Amino acid sequence: MSILVIAEHDNSELKQATLNVVAAAKAIGGDIDVLVAGENCGAVGEAAAKAEGVNKVLVADNAVYGHFLGENLGELVAEVGKSYSHILAAAGTVGKDFMPRVAALLDVAQVSDIMRVESEDTFVRPIYAGNAIATVKSTDSIKVITVRPTAFDPVAGEGGSAAVEQLDVVKDAGLSAFVNEELAKSDRPDLGSAGIVVSGGRGMQNGDNFKMLEQVADLLGAAVGASRAAVDAGFVPNDMQVGQTGKIVAPQLYIAVGISGAIQHLAGMSDSKVIVAINKDEEAPIFQVADYGLVADLFEAVPQLEEELRKVK
Amino acid sequence: MKVLVAVKRVIDYNVKVRVKPDNTGVDLANVKMAMNPFCEIAVEEAVRLKEKGVASEIVVVSIGPKACQEQIRTALALGADRGIHIETDEEVQSLEAAKLLKSVVEKEEPKLVILGKQSIDSDNNQTGQMLAALTGMGQGTFASEVVVEGDKVNVTREVDGGLMTVALNLPAVVTTDLRLNEPRYASLPNIMKAKKKQLDSMTPADLGVELAPRLSTLKVEAPASRQAGVKVADVAELVDKLKNEAKVI
Repeated sequence: MSILVIAEHDNSELKQATLNVVAAAKAIGGDIDVLVAGENCGAVGEAAAKAEGVNKVLVADNAVYGHFLGENLGELVAEVGKSYSHILAAAGTVGKDFMPRVAALLDVAQVSDIMRVESEDTFVRPIYAGNAIATVKSTDSIKVITVRPTAFDPVAGEGGSAAVEQLDVVKDAGLSAFVNEELAKSDRPDLGSAGIVVSGGRGMQNGDNFKMLEQVADLLGAAVGASRAAVDAGFVPNDMQVGQTGKIVAPQLYIAVGISGAIQHLAGMSDSKVIVAINKDEEAPIFQVADYGLVADLFEAVPQLEEELRKVK
Repeated sequence: MKVLVAVKRVIDYNVKVRVKPDNTGVDLANVKMAMNPFCEIAVEEAVRLKEKGVASEIVVVSIGPKACQEQIRTALALGADRGIHIETDEEVQSLEAAKLLKSVVEKEEPKLVILGKQSIDSDNNQTGQMLAALTGMGQGTFASEVVVEGDKVNVTREVDGGLMTVALNLPAVVTTDLRLNEPRYASLPNIMKAKKKQLDSMTPADLGVELAPRLSTLKVEAPASRQAGVKVADVAELVDKLKNEAKVI
């Protein structure tokens, strides 16, 4: 078997999610090649070559891949991937965008958002917002799969020495063009891969109050997240949303502040190792999944938390 | 311009999902069904485009058993002009749905196809992208804003790091994210009017598409449940537990 993993990156850095996807590829078994498609992304190719268990890195470096447009990536990956038994990408917004195009161009089904590998053709994935877990078998000759990164422990990012090969395949579908992007700038770790996440919900009352959470997060080296209720209320931007329709996180420690624990939020964070809930409503469903629950007014508890953390840090 | 909207009948999002005891699937007997929430957003966006004078006709299509005509009627009550029902009692997977929609696109020749980004039952997030690939169209997935300008559509997309805007040649496919709009409710007079709107029914065979599922579901289980832990008395105890018991800070 031969597996092609599509690297997730920003043209300068390899995202950790790629290492999680390589881990999923290892669970399938077989030779693992990594495709890095981007613009001026040579450093990403070098980084991918160091990942544990990677056989070969293919680098498609061209302006047409610079913004990861699904139309162009879809054609590239379908072309490069047709000689592989499996094509894997992280189930982030880039992978979710181009991978179904790859599957359609190859006339195969896609298995989305897998959490576990049962065998080379059988995979476990959540359905109904994580309220049910399906075991799915694919009969296609090429398996196109998106992987939930947090469900697989990443392989080591150092130590490997795969060969790096430049690919001269330029696919410009001519259907779409990049206009602009507004990316949130933050010195905090990426929400999807942070070891600690501090999230706020509707109980935060407004966006300004999230500063309290940011101060706690900075003490812990944590990322800041939010519930859908907080995003829909306009407190914080959508890229902070944790939940089935936002980001799926599984940090070592998840601190939920003023979050009631709607099922759609739980689907995005219940694989966290340790969950802390701070909420003044002791009946809130979040307490049913929390390892440590504190029934308290968050406007008193969060400043106290900051103070206590300063003492122990 | 003509806009095609695809809608799916799914379990109502307020219903608590129960896995069948024999692990063959989710119990849908006597369960309230509704239009997939992302599809409602797709219908709403098409109606707003018509209200702005950008869209001239809205055709709504759904694939599934006879009962999904209810969801087509709902879309007609919300402002769609005409319905197409592709009737089948078989399970239709994303690739097949995309192939069926492709043949509808070839017949109807819409300038814009709007779909929900995913359905809340299978959570695949595939059909729109597959349809775009099969029809050779560009795609604006996870849209939070759609602006048609001349022969292009600018789509602002919700991506992991924030927002990204792409310009697509028309015809194009757009898939909706949550914050694209807030769908309206159908008024009673519009529900009555919708009953008289045209609704054509056809089968996959009529469209020349053979249903051939590639994926089989071996079993469906309830997720492993998490046990509730302990309540702490105050913040000091919480920090102590995190440091000395859980050892996560």
